Amino acid sequence: MTPLTIETVADDHHIARLAALAITLHLAEAVLPSPLPGVKPGIANIVTLYALYQYGFGTAVWVSLLRVFAVSLLFGNFLSPTFVLSLTGALLSLAVLWLAQNLSEKYFSCVSVSIFAAFAHIAGQLLVAWLWLIPHSGILYLVPVFSAAALLFGTLNGLITAKLLATG
Amino acid sequence: MVIKTLQIKVKAGDWLVFALGLVTVIWLFMALWSNEPAGKVRIRSGNQIYATLSLDQQRTVDVPGALGVSRIVIYNGQVRFEQSPCRNQYCVHQGWLHKAGQVAICLPNRVSLELLGTKSYDSLNY
Repeated sequence: MTPLTIETVADDHHIARLAALAITLHLAEAVLPSPLPGVKPGIANIVTLYALYQYGFGTAVWVSLLRVFAVSLLFGNFLSPTFVLSLTGALLSLAVLWLAQNLSEKYFSCVSVSIFAAFAHIAGQLLVAWLWLIPHSGILYLVPVFSAAALLFGTLNGLITAKLLATG
Repeated sequence: MVIKTLQIKVKAGDWLVFALGLVTVIWLFMALWSNEPAGKVRIRSGNQIYATLSLDQQRTVDVPGALGVSRIVIYNGQVRFEQSPCRNQYCVHQGWLHKAGQVAICLPNRVSLELLGTKSYDSLNY
């Protein structure tokens, strides 16, 4: 029997390595307690951001979506509301990353991009939560808390990515 | 610009984006977390303002909407949907509202309540 071999290119290796790292960070974060359900640092997004700057938009999309699907399979919540929220957040962040490529690198670093992506992430999730899960204006009370978390963690993740890009 | 100890390059636009984010967050807190008691309620039906009423006067208002009549009750500085022709009754279950900035929306019947502050401006359009 001839062994099955799949030709892989360097890009596949980058994607696989970064996706594995992102999945690990996501799982590690899930273990940490959160003061409010849904408020999470989103450290796996550092990997997406790093992929964008180091290898381009295509790699960032692969890394981000592979993580969302793989983590949902590992936790067993594939196609559940948690998964849909996660996917919406990821897709909106990616849309923002795509737009952010037009920002001048002279004035904006990955910190700005990270903040934009964090806000997009939370906006997408709140919108889905409101339209689908809790169609109730009570969710408006959560908006300030979530946006504060987005600003804080978006900035921190952006700074960490900047550090990684500078050293790596 | 370099944050010296960490050797992180932060650019001018980043400060701008962070400042914008901070303003947005503060604005959201001010707009959505007001503890000011409401003085008036604005009732909308479809895309029109149906009535703006004081919460000081007890009254029951029947507001025609897309599906039928929503009954809104004002009592003791509070307001609520008492009856609604909609299927899921989210508006009714929301109960009494009394703080400025609170809203109750009945999407199926296209009727909404918005509580306004006692000041001449509110944080949303200040």
